[in-house]
Amino acid sequence: MISLTIDGIRVQAEEGETILEAAKKAGIRIPTLCYLEGLSPRGACRICLVEVRNWGGRLVPSCATPVQEGMEVVANSPRLRELRRTILEMIFVERNHICAFCVSNGHCELQDLAMELGMDHVRFPYRWPLLPLDLSHEKYGIDHNRCVLCGRCVRACAEVEGAMTWGFSGRGIFTLVEADLGDPWGKSKTCTGCGKCVQACPTGALFEKGKATSEQVKKPEIIMEVTERRPRA
Amino acid sequence: MERVKEQVKEIVRPFAGKPTELIQALHRVQSVLGWLPREAQEVVAEVVGVPPAQVRGVVTFYHFFRTRPVGKHTIRVCLGTACHVRGAERVLNALREELGIEPGQTTPDGKFSVEVVRCLGCCGLAPVMMIDEEVYGRLDPRKARQIVREIP
Repeated sequence: MISLTIDGIRVQAEEGETILEAAKKAGIRIPTLCYLEGLSPRGACRICLVEVRNWGGRLVPSCATPVQEGMEVVANSPRLRELRRTILEMIFVERNHICAFCVSNGHCELQDLAMELGMDHVRFPYRWPLLPLDLSHEKYGIDHNRCVLCGRCVRACAEVEGAMTWGFSGRGIFTLVEADLGDPWGKSKTCTGCGKCVQACPTGALFEKGKATSEQVKKPEIIMEVTERRPRA
Repeated sequence: MERVKEQVKEIVRPFAGKPTELIQALHRVQSVLGWLPREAQEVVAEVVGVPPAQVRGVVTFYHFFRTRPVGKHTIRVCLGTACHVRGAERVLNALREELGIEPGQTTPDGKFSVEVVRCLGCCGLAPVMMIDEEVYGRLDPRKARQIVREIP
């Protein structure tokens, strides 16, 4: 067992566990976005940043940083709150997150985060990119305007379904989640139509067709449930 | 297209079943075809043994890889500091007008592709462009047009 402190509370964790997992067991809340239980951590969104006091105050993503003996972690502080809020604002301005017209309004992890972190307004200029909508799939749609590039869909598809349909194309602000060689989703030769990506998606970027504003409720926990039911070697 | 597929299969044979060699395989294909048509990407994915989405990711991430055909001649216009100061922008605009294409594009007749680069290493000749392996320096819009018109 490894001993560490999180926000001054003594915590015991297994070797190989992450700071986030240790905090969860100790009942300490760390906000996350790209992290999803049942998928490999990616450390992409930086919302779960924590400060390691005895590493010179270094900021690390708690979802992807293993615990170490004697670590003194700060998980909640005014500095972290401000950093997380700033990161969240940058995620918001990068695409077109207009809750009032979104299928996920009221059931959206991005929206929940904004409320949790007290993001009452945004201090950066919105980019308003003009991004496409792909409705070629029979059951689902993808709206890139609402995508936060967390990669939960990409990982669910690769790690749980094993189809490896989704991938990232381009780079930086031009990155898009696309199927196969950039094909319309409905034309994908690898997609099994399982819908795990839709359930894993934290926003309204991936949605079930036929859902109107606020009607899309996601079940990201199915990713964990599916992996738990699998026989282990 | 079938012929291209067979050709690509041949090129990437040494990388068959080696996902870690994906970039090498793509390099090899581009060095022969000049770009990476969709069909070639499909074959690479299959032979090398990676999902098509991953090939797409690599091809679109690295600027080196091209997903559009290149022309017979490649014009590289330098927009580095020295060339910028000496009017490279006007040279580029003259070529835009003369050829009717934007950087990164190829003329409809397949003769020229235009690329923008950052320094060709001969700032004393600024503003500079290269056409294939040839360097053209001390350009102005009129001179640049003239040079392009004279290329067979």
